[in-house]
Order: sequence, then structure tokens, then C-alpha cells
Amino acid sequence: MSPRDLPRDGPELTGKALHARLEKTWGRAPGLWGWLSTVDHKEIGVRYIVTAFVFQALGGLMALLIRAQLATPESGLIDPDRYNQIFTMHGTTMMFLFAVPVMEAMAVFLIPLMLGTRNIAFPRLNAFSYWVYLAGGILLWVAFVLDVGPDAGWFSYVPLAGPEFSPGKRIDVWAQMVTFTEIAALAVAVEITATILKQRAPGMTLARMPLFAWAMLVVSLMVILSMPAVTLASSFLLSDRLVGTQFFNSYEYGDSLLWQHLFWFFGHPEVYIIFLPAAGFVSEIVQTFSRRPAFGYTAIVLAFAGTGLLSFGLWVHHMFATGLPRLGYAFYTAASMTIAIPAGVQIFCWIATMWDGRPKFHTPLLYVVGFVIVFVVGGLTGVMLASVPIDLQLHDTYFVVAHFHYVLIGGAVFPLLGAVTYWFPKFTGRMMSETVGKWNFWLTFVGFELAFAPMHWLGILGMPRRVYTYPAGLGWEISNMLSTIGAFVLAGGVLLFVLNALVSMRRGKVAGPNPWDAPGLEWATSSPPASYNHAHIPVVTGRVPLWENREALPVVHGLRVDDRELLLTTVIDARPDLREPSAEPSIWPLVAALATATMFVSSMFTPWAALVGAVPVAAALIAWFWPKDPNVHPEPVID
Amino acid sequence: MGKPRFTADLSPLPTHGFGHRALTWWGEIAFFLIEGTAFVMAIAAYFFLMNQEQIWPPPPFAPPDLLAGTLFTILMLLSEIPNGIAKHAAEHGELRKLRRMLLVAAAVGLALAALRAWEFDSLNVLWTDNAYGSILWALLLLHTLHFATDWVDTLVLAALIHTRHGIEGRRFVDCAENAMYWRFVWLSWLPIYGLIYWLPRLVS
Repeated sequence: MSPRDLPRDGPELTGKALHARLEKTWGRAPGLWGWLSTVDHKEIGVRYIVTAFVFQALGGLMALLIRAQLATPESGLIDPDRYNQIFTMHGTTMMFLFAVPVMEAMAVFLIPLMLGTRNIAFPRLNAFSYWVYLAGGILLWVAFVLDVGPDAGWFSYVPLAGPEFSPGKRIDVWAQMVTFTEIAALAVAVEITATILKQRAPGMTLARMPLFAWAMLVVSLMVILSMPAVTLASSFLLSDRLVGTQFFNSYEYGDSLLWQHLFWFFGHPEVYIIFLPAAGFVSEIVQTFSRRPAFGYTAIVLAFAGTGLLSFGLWVHHMFATGLPRLGYAFYTAASMTIAIPAGVQIFCWIATMWDGRPKFHTPLLYVVGFVIVFVVGGLTGVMLASVPIDLQLHDTYFVVAHFHYVLIGGAVFPLLGAVTYWFPKFTGRMMSETVGKWNFWLTFVGFELAFAPMHWLGILGMPRRVYTYPAGLGWEISNMLSTIGAFVLAGGVLLFVLNALVSMRRGKVAGPNPWDAPGLEWATSSPPASYNHAHIPVVTGRVPLWENREALPVVHGLRVDDRELLLTTVIDARPDLREPSAEPSIWPLVAALATATMFVSSMFTPWAALVGAVPVAAALIAWFWPKDPNVHPEPVID
Repeated sequence: MGKPRFTADLSPLPTHGFGHRALTWWGEIAFFLIEGTAFVMAIAAYFFLMNQEQIWPPPPFAPPDLLAGTLFTILMLLSEIPNGIAKHAAEHGELRKLRRMLLVAAAVGLALAALRAWEFDSLNVLWTDNAYGSILWALLLLHTLHFATDWVDTLVLAALIHTRHGIEGRRFVDCAENAMYWRFVWLSWLPIYGLIYWLPRLVS
């Protein structure tokens, strides 16, 4: 068969006939085997999102336990040892197993659809990433159930977390869980970067890319440049604990501050790794519901990039209380305050978009308005904490707890709930209930304010973080009680959200391809999308393709339909350049993840496991990368 | 939405390309950034620890012996000759030359692995002795991990290129990218070599 005779999409092959051909090529095998070996970014994305929300529920449960304990002074509900595990599990779960994974998961689902490509770059790596993440989460929670849950806080400071003060396996579990989640996150970051740079629809130049894609490009680069620091740090911690290295042992030329530097070099960008995807959601939602293209596109993109760059220059503000040179104080204060500038630019652009548009206050936009209010308050307390004298006073108090929950829940969870509501029809084909959605928003908003606003006062009154109880008579009672009530109201809001999602999945209004009349390419295909995403690869002529081409979207054609083929375009101008094959479903990513998990978990018990365990990992990787039989490629590929 | 408006035909496009045209090239660049950052962080940790001390290396430990590491470095630099030829051959579709050079590269890798084992034996300090020993072992292990990964990749490709998979265009792209990774392996070694073997001599 010559290349000309191969079946391709085009004027002769379109509509139902094309759907049947593409579905045969891109669909997955039925049954458990197909489910385990799928490499479809949408299936893995949904799996990732659901898993992250399960971990959020578990982390939230821990938060409720904390609040129940702190509702009254001298409460005996939870003993100190268990309490240490509970707050560590809360922070660790929320940061490592919920916030970062859920943001990346949304991108795994959405980015290929938004860019008009058939699958994510390196789809098997994507599957591997999910399984490794799942294994890390299971490790942490099984350990907790067995009373081996980590108990030194989500940032595991040494010397407390070192071999001398934390014997046993608790911290090993924490450190190894970090390794799992960082591998998973880095893998997704690589896929997203490559997808965004090489798989955009023809005509989607960098300057026409959806703002969410810009946010994710910046975030992926931040993940790539920050997460190796914590992976290295947790490896050092593990080796100090397991094989007797002395990195953090000050008696043998080590230094415990090395831990803090390495951890926060990752930990501070991490905050923006969580915030910027949310800023991307907000940009998309504001644009759609204001009925006009985003105001200040270039300014928003520059603000994303500026935030990303600056976020690497402020990690030391977490360490003001450790003692620094004067110049260090001045530099990191200035850098920390500077980051308010790009944040402000974004906020003003979103407000301007709404101001100049005709905003429709559907639930997703309500969450955005809630986000703006809460995030601005959190940003302002952030500027306060950037000032060294205030920070030294408020360090390790509930003021800091209030600040970062305003920034993280306000800055990330509110937009996330809005984003799930907004893209829910794309995930499931049905709409979430608007009435329940609005109740849900107000419950979450009021619950949040009630839970966290009083913590500002508690912090100023001197209540320290991570104490399992406090004596009566310090004036902390009412604020703590209010905070606990708020936490339960907030939990009620989240529960209502989950119920709304579950009911709507079955009984919601059928959505159709574009229920919000949104402008992005993800709305140009059916809801939920077919396995191959878009029947023909769309051509983009501007920033709001579906608003510019209301009659019919221009498309290119000529990709093979008998084999998984992707269109690669040039990095800046998105000109069509190559047709490359995309990986077939495979069980090997799961096997490789299992081998990796076995190696990591057993290396907590003997260092030899790292060496012996590497053999099955390597074998699984070789099987994974082994090429398909060339005979099924009838197209001669050497010219 | 109405019927699609067909514009360009993609079928004349090629199905593989080298360098930045290929998807895997970008994946590899991203991995360079990840691994490069890990090296930079480990190097930063070295300087952070050194900065706290009056004497480096801490007494009574002597700096590592030069011979094994220097031989490793020389051979590593020389390995760029077969590596460069292999990359050129891959990019120009010269299958026979590519097959030969991959075998040479695999053999050089074996010699390097032996030298690397000797290096661990000439550090003059154990990882348990003190933080200086720990960071030295960490740097050398980190680099060994990269070296081993690419050597195994070279072995697999050397085998694969001799099968019927070797005549596919995409294998040539794989070989070119493997050669690029090898460059990263030896380039990243140079600062680490300086740090492990020469810095303790210069500051003591």
C-alpha cells in the first residue's frame, strides 16, 4: 500500500464514517485490562481529579478533627501524639496529594482539548504519573492508619525530623511519599510543556494561546525548576535517617538550615504552582461569562511569567526567624512585596474584563468574585508578613495559618470549584445544578470567612500553630469556637458540592458541545469528547476561535485514521510541521509504577532495595519503550 | 457548528524530524532542566556546607585521589568522538556507521563503569564520616545515576538498531537524542569533577 492509499480524514472521510474509524484507532479495549492500560488523557485526567478530591476529603476530615479538638480549651478529645500526626497529615495531604495534583490533573484533561490535539504528549508517562501518585497517597494513608503517620509538620524540619528526634518509620513514610508525588508532578510538567509547545492547532501562535495554557506553561516550568530541590532534600533526609549520612547533623559538619533552604526553594514556588493554574481558570471563566475577550491579554501573560520568576526569589521569607544578614532581610522583604505587583495586574485585568463586559453571574463567576475578595485579603496579610518586624512577631502563630488559608483556599480552591462547575459539562456531558451551586457558593464563602477570619485575631493574641490545646482564660475561646463552627459550615459546603456533582452526573441537564457559549477549542467538540478529541484538527485565527467562527471552524485534514497520529506544529507560530505517531495503550506504565513503588517502599527498610529494585524498574521501562512491530506501519518512513 | 471548512492537507508532511522539530527532543530538554536543577541544588548544598567550615575538607580527611577521577574524565571526554559520529550518522541515515558507533559507545561505557567504581574507592572518606563525605558521595552517586541511565539506554538502542526496528526513521531520531543525552552526561560531569577533586585542593 502506498502512502497515498492510507485512510485519512478529509472531505471524503468525515462525519459518522470518520467517527467510526477514529474510535477504532483511539478508543480503548473494554474491561479491566483496557481500563488499566489506557493512555487517554481524558480518562487519566478524570481519574487524577477524582483521586485528588478523595484525598482532599481525607485532608478535610483531618482539619475537622483539628478544629473539634481546638473548639474548647484544655480539650481531651485527641492526645498530643495523635494530634501531631493529624495536622501533619492535613498539611501533607492538602499540599502534596490534593493541591498540586488536582491542578495538574485539570490541565491533563483540558490542555489537549484546548489546543486542538488528539492526546497529551508522552501519554504513557501520563499513565505512569497517575499510578505513582496513587501509590504515594496510599503509602501515606495506610501508614497513618497503622499509627505510622508522619508527625513533624508538612515541612518536616530537621533536627526534629532527623534520626535522633524522630526514630521509627514515620518520617521515612513522609520523605518517601514526597519522592512519589514529585516524580508524578514532574512527569506531568514535562508532558504539559511539550504538549503546549509542540501540539497546538495550526494558527494558534503563542500570542493566541488560551490564558489557561499560558498559566500551565509557566507552572510546568516552575515545577521543573523547583521540585528537584525537595526531591533532593527528602533524599538527604532519608539517607541521614537510613544509611547514616550527616547532611543535617551539626555535630558532623552538617547544617539543619540546609534543609530549610532546600525545602523552601521548592516550597515557595509551590504556592504559586498552586495559584497560577487557578489564575488560568479565572481568566477563562471571566472571559466566557463577561461575554468579551479577556482584557489585557499581554499584561496577564506577563504577570503570569513575572509571578513565576519572582517566586524563586522569596523562599527565604519563610526563614526570617532563623537569623539572616541585614542585606538578606532587605532583599527578601523587597522581593516578597514585589510579587504583589503582578498579582495586582491580574486582578485589575479580570475586574476590567467584567466591567467592560456583560457579566452573567452563573455559579462559576460567583466563585471568581469570591476568589477576588478572599485572595486580596490573603495577599494583603502576605505583604504584612513580608515585613521582617511584623513577621518576627507573628511567626508560627495562627495569623500565618489565616494568611495561607486565605491565599490557598481563596486563591486556589474557590477558582477550582468554579472551574469544576464550568468544565463539568465537558467532563460528563451534563450540567451541575445552578440552584444548588449558588447555595453551595454562599455556604462555602460564609463558612470560609467564619473559619479563618478569627485566626487573624488569634495570631495577634499570640496563639501558636501546632499546639494540641491551650489553657482557658487567654481570651482565645470565642475565636476558636467561631472558627470551629466555620470549619464545619465550610465542610458542609464542600459536601454539598460533591453531592451536586454526583447527582448531576446522572440527572443533570444534558449539556451539548458548548452550553456556556464559550470561545475555547475545548467547546468545539462533543461533551464528553470522543476518544480522539476533535474529528478534524481545527485551525485558529484569533484568541477566541469559537466567537470568531460562529458558522464553521476551519480545519486541516490528512492525518491517518488507521494509526494514532498527531500533528506537531512549530513552537512559536504553530505552523504544521510533522505527523508523529502517538503511543498505543500499554500495561507497562502500571507495571513500571508498581516496580517503582516496590523499590521505594522497600528501600525504607533496606538500602539494598534501591539497587536490587532498580532491575525490575529498568526492565519495565525497556518493555514500555520497546517499539511496535514495524510491519503494522505500512507507510515507508525513510525518504 | 456547521460542516467543517477544510483548508490545508497535512498528508505531505514528514513523519519524523530531528532536533527541535521532534516531540521527544522537547521532553529531553525538560529532563535536562530537571536533572540540571538537581545538580545545581546538590552543588549549592556543597557550597552551603563548605561555607560553614574553617578548614575544607574537615580534618583528618585528605582530598580524593586524583587518578581514577581524572582517567574517568579523560575517557568521558574522548567518548564524545564515537558519540558525535553516532549522532551525525543517525541524522544522516547511515545505518552501518550508526550500528558500529553504538557498539563502540556501549564498550566505552563499560570501561567508564569500571573507572567509576574505582572512583568511589578513591574518595578517602565515607558517607557516614561527616557531611563533607555525605555530599561527596551524593554528587558522585547522582552523576552515576545519569551515567548508568544513558549507558543502559545506549545498550538497548545498540541492540535495537541491529533488529528490523533499526530500519525505522524514528530509531534514528532515538539514537540522535540518546547522543544528545550523553553530551549532557559528560557536560554535567565537568563541574562535579572540579568540585570533588580540585576544590578541596584549592581551598586547603
